[in-house]
Amino acid sequence: MKHKLATPSASDTPVVSFSGVWKRYGVIVAARDLNFSVQPGEFLSLLGPSGCGKTTSLRMMAGFDQPSEGEVYLEGERVNGVPAYRRPVNMVFQHYALFPHLDISDNIAYGLRQRSPRPSGEYIEKRIAEILQLVRLEGFEQRRIWELSGGQQQRVALARALINQPKVLLLDEPLAALDRKLRREMQIELQNLQRNVGITFVLVTHDQEEALSMSDRVCIMRDGEIVQIGSPLDLYDRPKNKYVADFVGKSNFFEGHVKQVNASYIDVQLDCGVTISTVPSVEMDQHHAGSRVSVSVRPEQLILARDEKQLPEDCVIKLKARVLNRIFLGEHTEYLLRDESLGEFLALSPRQNEVSESPFETSEIVHVAWGREASLVLGDD
Amino acid sequence: MRSKWPERLLLLPATVWLLVMLVLPLAVVLVFSFGERGPAGGYVPAFTLAQYANLPARFTAFKNTLTLAPLGTFAALIVAYPLAYFLAVKANPRVKTILLVMIIVPFWTSILIRTYAWIFILGGQGIPKLLAMGGLEGIRLINTPTAVLIGIIYGYLPLMVFPIYVSLEKLDKRLLEASEDLGSSPLRTFRNVTLPLSMPGIATGCMLVFILLMGEFLVPALLGGGKVFFIGNALVDLFLQSRNWAYGSAVAATLVIVMLVVVSIYMKLVMRGTNQRKDMSLL
Ligand SMILES: Nc1ncnc2c1ncn2[C@@H]1O[C@H](COP(=O)(O)OP(=O)(O)OP(=O)(O)O)[C@@H](O)[C@H]1O
Ligand SMILES: [Mg+2]
Repeated sequence: MKHKLATPSASDTPVVSFSGVWKRYGVIVAARDLNFSVQPGEFLSLLGPSGCGKTTSLRMMAGFDQPSEGEVYLEGERVNGVPAYRRPVNMVFQHYALFPHLDISDNIAYGLRQRSPRPSGEYIEKRIAEILQLVRLEGFEQRRIWELSGGQQQRVALARALINQPKVLLLDEPLAALDRKLRREMQIELQNLQRNVGITFVLVTHDQEEALSMSDRVCIMRDGEIVQIGSPLDLYDRPKNKYVADFVGKSNFFEGHVKQVNASYIDVQLDCGVTISTVPSVEMDQHHAGSRVSVSVRPEQLILARDEKQLPEDCVIKLKARVLNRIFLGEHTEYLLRDESLGEFLALSPRQNEVSESPFETSEIVHVAWGREASLVLGDD
Repeated sequence: MRSKWPERLLLLPATVWLLVMLVLPLAVVLVFSFGERGPAGGYVPAFTLAQYANLPARFTAFKNTLTLAPLGTFAALIVAYPLAYFLAVKANPRVKTILLVMIIVPFWTSILIRTYAWIFILGGQGIPKLLAMGGLEGIRLINTPTAVLIGIIYGYLPLMVFPIYVSLEKLDKRLLEASEDLGSSPLRTFRNVTLPLSMPGIATGCMLVFILLMGEFLVPALLGGGKVFFIGNALVDLFLQSRNWAYGSAVAATLVIVMLVVVSIYMKLVMRGTNQRKDMSLL
């Protein structure tokens, strides 16, 4: 459970809220009708490929950019036109943007010293000590910026923002400049930090693993638009369309058209002629007989067996496929399979499955099956 | 250990150049300053402090130089900084190129001709006439210290603009956003971030302008009309007109010493201001 510092009364109003926000740079549309809110204490990630408008959205929260259209609210108050220095939000910049002419403690105290009335020297000292402890940099007060490693600079940037106790902490790809191992460490540290301080975090990243592992909710963007917003689990299990399913984890896609819409499931006729029973990832009523659809099947949902009798009874599809390739991934083994009608697809088989029987060999023929719940029929792109 | 010889060989031309072009003339000046004026001018070897004892006769030149050089440096800084700031931070790329060219183009004509133009601008038919038409009668500009100051600002502006421009251009604009993000208004961001980080440019510009101003003679000669003269003018007069080489050398040697003292004090101050900032070198 999270310790949330936010008072109960304040917790009803979203900390940040976008309502019909557009941002245009000449003919380029960087943000297209954005509508979402961030709840107090939440960890939200904006995820999407390069140029999809993540930084633009963040900068509109910080106050560096103003929307061309629509409203931005901070704790229920409209902040359109309010400059960055008057907003109770702070940002951790991608390349940290630490002040080279100040030492660590002066960098960290910068925000407090801009307040009026200016807090007392003692108070500032005390807060610096506290925050340095929080980011585990005790004793670094007098150091200069260039004497720190990348990870330490990252922590100073965090401390410099957090000391102001912002309503929201905005992080623009804060870990992109770190190497892989350090990035993992900092991800965990950031998550812990967020739980400890209870401050709302909005993180921008194009690393799906990072977004899924750290956030309460992920907002998936494309071309300035929000495609889907939801918990990592939601996005993984109920991707709205092919774009999301492809972005969040691996998936097999089969194209086809809706044959019949039933009470709780949908029959889809795949282009290869096979008809399978599927469940929809979006509302049932969005699907109509005859419309073109994609069916997504996660590789780990496929059941593989040497003997057909080992397959469960209630499968919606059973077929035989040839193993084209095999990759050991430690816990799992990934197989590239080929079926005459379905074509090539991936299957992920857990290790436990294979202690009883030896792993499948390349060019071996295996039995493949999956259940109805595993085949998701996706909405429009 | 690596042989030092290639390095020494490469440094040889520079060393010879420095010896011949800097140390040698200085030594000559120093020797001459203890000599005497020949009957028909020039130099007669001697060892006397008479020339130095006579220095107070040129007190006004020293006074003018030592007031107008710092004042001119400061005035050039005040005019140059906003211009450099606009060029580096605010101007869009096209405007920037045009402005930079406009700053450089005047160098294609001689400073002499450009300063002559100012004689007209500041003279009776120029700005004073315009002011008179506006009701401000009897303003005199030419042949005043103000005219000299204006000429100095005009002539030395590029020298001040470029180092400041470079340091502002190098300034990471994200630092300004970071400052604003942390609650600093644009004005305070300027004071807390922009100004300290452009200090190396300011220091370099001031140094360049000040040193060159100490030896200036053209601007006071043309715009000061013989009323405002610098040590430079005194030297021209002593060496070329009255051919008193010994006295001229004493004045020149004194100028060099004064300059060394002022510049080393200045360097000390600048170094103290930036000694913790290892990322900042002069220029
Ligand atoms: N100041 C600007 N002027 C013109 N176009 C801009 C400006 N800022 C952003 N854009 C454009 O808006 C779009 C969105 O940019 P944004 O920086 O928000 O992308 P991003 O999602 O953060 O991408 P990345 O992952 O590469 O950082 C891009 O097409 C970009 O070229
Ligand atoms: Mg970005």
